[in-house]
Amino acid sequence: MELDSKIPEGPLAEKWARHKFGLKLVNPANKRKYDIIVVGTGLAGASAAASLAELGYNVKAFTFHDSARRAHSIAAQGGINAAKNYQNDGDSVFRLFYDTIKGGDYRAREGNVYRLAEVSVNIIDQCVAQGVPFAREYGGLLANRSFGGAQVSRTFYARGQTGQQLLLGAYHALSRQVANGKVKLITRTEMLDVIVVDGKARGIITRNLLTGAIESHSAHAVLLCTGGYGNVFYLSTNAMNSNVTAAWRAHKKGAYFGNPCYTQIHPTCIPVKGDYQSKLTLMSESLRNDGRVWVPKSQQDAEKIRKGQIKANDIPEDARDYFLERRYPSFGNLVPRDVASRNAKYVCDEGRGVAPTGLAVYLDFADAIRRDGRKTIEAKYGNLFEMYEKIVGDNPYETPMMIYPAVHYTMGGLWVDYNLMTTIPGLYALGEANFSDHGANRLGASALMQGLADGYFVIPYTIGDYLATIGPGDKIAVDHPAFKEGEQRIHDMNNRLLSIKGSKTVDEYHKALGHIMWDYCGMSRNAEGLKKAKKMIQELRAEFWQNVRVLGTNEEMNQSLEHAGRVADFLELGELMVDDALHREESCGGHFREEYQTEEGEAKRDDANFTYVAAWEYTGDNKPEVLHKEELEFENVKLTQRSYK
Amino acid sequence: MKITLKVWRQKNSNTPGKLVEYQLDNISPDMSFLEMFDVLNGELTKKGEEIIAFDHDCREGICGSCSMYINGRAHGPQTGSTTCQLHMRSFSDGDTIVVEPWRARAFPVIKDLMVDRTAFDRIAQAGGYISVNTGSAPDANEIPVPREVADTAMDAAQCIACGACVAACKNASAMLYVAAKVSHFAVLPQGQAERTMRAERMVAQMDTEGFGACSFTGACSVECPKSISLDHIARLNREYLGAKLTSNNVQG
Ligand SMILES: Cc1cc2nc3c(=O)[nH]c(=O)nc-3n(C[C@H](O)[C@H](O)[C@H](O)COP(=O)(O)OP(=O)(O)OC[C@H]3O[C@@H](n4cnc5c(N)ncnc54)[C@H](O)[C@@H]3O)c2cc1C
Ligand code: FES
Repeated sequence: MELDSKIPEGPLAEKWARHKFGLKLVNPANKRKYDIIVVGTGLAGASAAASLAELGYNVKAFTFHDSARRAHSIAAQGGINAAKNYQNDGDSVFRLFYDTIKGGDYRAREGNVYRLAEVSVNIIDQCVAQGVPFAREYGGLLANRSFGGAQVSRTFYARGQTGQQLLLGAYHALSRQVANGKVKLITRTEMLDVIVVDGKARGIITRNLLTGAIESHSAHAVLLCTGGYGNVFYLSTNAMNSNVTAAWRAHKKGAYFGNPCYTQIHPTCIPVKGDYQSKLTLMSESLRNDGRVWVPKSQQDAEKIRKGQIKANDIPEDARDYFLERRYPSFGNLVPRDVASRNAKYVCDEGRGVAPTGLAVYLDFADAIRRDGRKTIEAKYGNLFEMYEKIVGDNPYETPMMIYPAVHYTMGGLWVDYNLMTTIPGLYALGEANFSDHGANRLGASALMQGLADGYFVIPYTIGDYLATIGPGDKIAVDHPAFKEGEQRIHDMNNRLLSIKGSKTVDEYHKALGHIMWDYCGMSRNAEGLKKAKKMIQELRAEFWQNVRVLGTNEEMNQSLEHAGRVADFLELGELMVDDALHREESCGGHFREEYQTEEGEAKRDDANFTYVAAWEYTGDNKPEVLHKEELEFENVKLTQRSYK
Repeated sequence: MKITLKVWRQKNSNTPGKLVEYQLDNISPDMSFLEMFDVLNGELTKKGEEIIAFDHDCREGICGSCSMYINGRAHGPQTGSTTCQLHMRSFSDGDTIVVEPWRARAFPVIKDLMVDRTAFDRIAQAGGYISVNTGSAPDANEIPVPREVADTAMDAAQCIACGACVAACKNASAMLYVAAKVSHFAVLPQGQAERTMRAERMVAQMDTEGFGACSFTGACSVECPKSISLDHIARLNREYLGAKLTSNNVQG
């Protein structure tokens, strides 16, 4: 199948307006004749479900959480970008566009990214009107902070709980539509398959997590807003239940998977402590506004710290290496995430890491506290400092924080066109679940922006075009054999998992997969390691299906069975990520291939051969996937070696 | 560390439950409380016993999923934190820890430590929002909000809807949860248009759900992982009274 991105013709700044004008509309009175399924109630899903219901469509929204408000988006801390230029510091839609394209290492579509920057301003207006309590200046106007990869201050925030407040804004809008009867909200229910008939998405199969009931739901269109797949690494900053199942099962039904290997490793997370560890905690990037990153200059000092003989504060100023400030004088501690992470890895590889594991660097606030006073720092980051202290048991006002990179976000996801439609007509993907706007590296505070852009301001327009084309009669009832077969497949899969009765827990397999992914497909990758990883994953997957132990039955609440299904999908996705990483013989953004780097150790792209989106097509169990390329065209920016010096 | 756990096991809402004792020998003080449950569930699986069901997700104190009643306190001994933020260093070697689900008529037990908190969502649906359709908002800076007002709104809006306030209250009242939402909107200029209706409707729904009355003992605020202040309950009372006095649609 030929990939058509449907990027509109015309000058960059006019593309979206022209496109909107060209899209077919559904007459207001006809909207109630269409049913739309929205899977996921995070920022993308809740904003989409609410906005579509406001327009008059009948929406069924699903989440595996007990409440729409518990989606993983709730955990986002730092902020959301918007090109408001309220600070009068030279920001503009074009600058946000430019920063995002550059930050993504020129592996995203110009048209999409420009649209994202364009609607970013509407998002802030919408959220404020909903009552989102963003931070304010004394005069009552909105405050901003800076984030990595930008030299303007354009990030809006609500203390360290921006995601929570934005999600609550969308949750409130959703709740209002539930009360109006336009959204039917179905919680504690997991989508396990998409039903495709005559080449169009017709509905989904779900499992009720309380009773185990497997059910069918049909609609004119299905939106997957199911988040990212960072948990393929087992340890990540994602919530424990975040998973790839919805996207992966859609992939197996014909939706291409875009750039699966593009993973973001976040530089500022609390380092790993023990083998029992279940997840990693992010310390917001906003901390890099005031915190200075350093390690001792000498290995000897670092070793003494690791052994607990001396403490960070014992190292005099001239024996410290503020390595980001040294290497990148113009961006300093605010270089993009991939750059900051890689540099932390380098200094630890050199034996200069701190913490007993040797896998940590310092993030030090002493200067900021001296400069601005403890009160100011407390007002800005109080809750993050508290969080750190609760987990680590150290007081960051007195001793520098220890941080290390951790898996955080997945730029890859289901391939979608400009309308957010996947390669299955009628199936859309929004938010982190799609691959669309961040290229090979996402800038901080841009995921919240993208999720809400997709849900509030893109899908309400683009879905109408499809619905108007198919017409209200083009829907299939749930007694259609395709739905019955779909239900049977899920029963069969669950029965198979329950009947293995092996000796290892689901968690053990998940952890083993995570280790392989982190070691060979993590912060830096090479051909040899990737080939090895591919084999290891295949073996692990085979063993899982022989030896996993899942107790209980399908017909009840069964958390092990839920987890088993998700890990089964991760075991397949992991191999595709490795394939994608292996085929991309260049370094770009979060994808760092050791074979392709500049003399200074920076990522070295190969624009002549790899300026494309890799979209993978599933061809059957244990068969190699087929690669499709969507060439990226740049008409407005010049591709350069990214420099943050 | 060695820990003895007494955990509430209950098959479903129709079956009576009981405390079951488990012995854990290899607990690290750096482990989180929920990681201890992961370890225990791993061991149970190996032994062929059913794992303990509990709600959790973010494991960093923000999603509001985790909800354990630990040694008689909602979210355990550490104030200002959730169950998932609790670490084993808060306990001593040899301790016995009793873990139960939230207990409240409006929060029926689903299984083991998992309860049904959808009553909270229905209260939100009753009026916990500002009615504004997508696309109809004015420029964000056209609505100036004094910093102290924004701060007060944020103090209230921090609520994670975990239900600890209900679990901590001897009457199982949901006043703090409702007060936080009503307060968040009542202080903001954007929230004025629906201010009275909101307070009335949310309180009416709270009563319908079977939450108890508030006797203002303050246990809710003490156990609240976000330390949401009782001031918000005072504000809710004012809002509600004001609403009742001026409302045209007084019911129940
Ligand atoms: C700790 C942390 C901090 C972050 N901070 C920031 C920040 O400051 N700024 C920023 O821009 N970005 C930040 N991000 C990234 C950002 O939060 C996420 O990318 C974004 O919130 C994802 O939103 P979403 O709506 O796409 O998905 P999610 O919020 O993950 O929602 C997914 C939804 O799908 C549902 N779901 C999934 N699968 C199924 C299924 N099979 N069946 C039924 N339901 C399903 C879930 O229940 C949930 O409702 C942060 C991320 C993390 C991990
Ligand atoms: S698991 Fe999210 S608050 Fe505890």
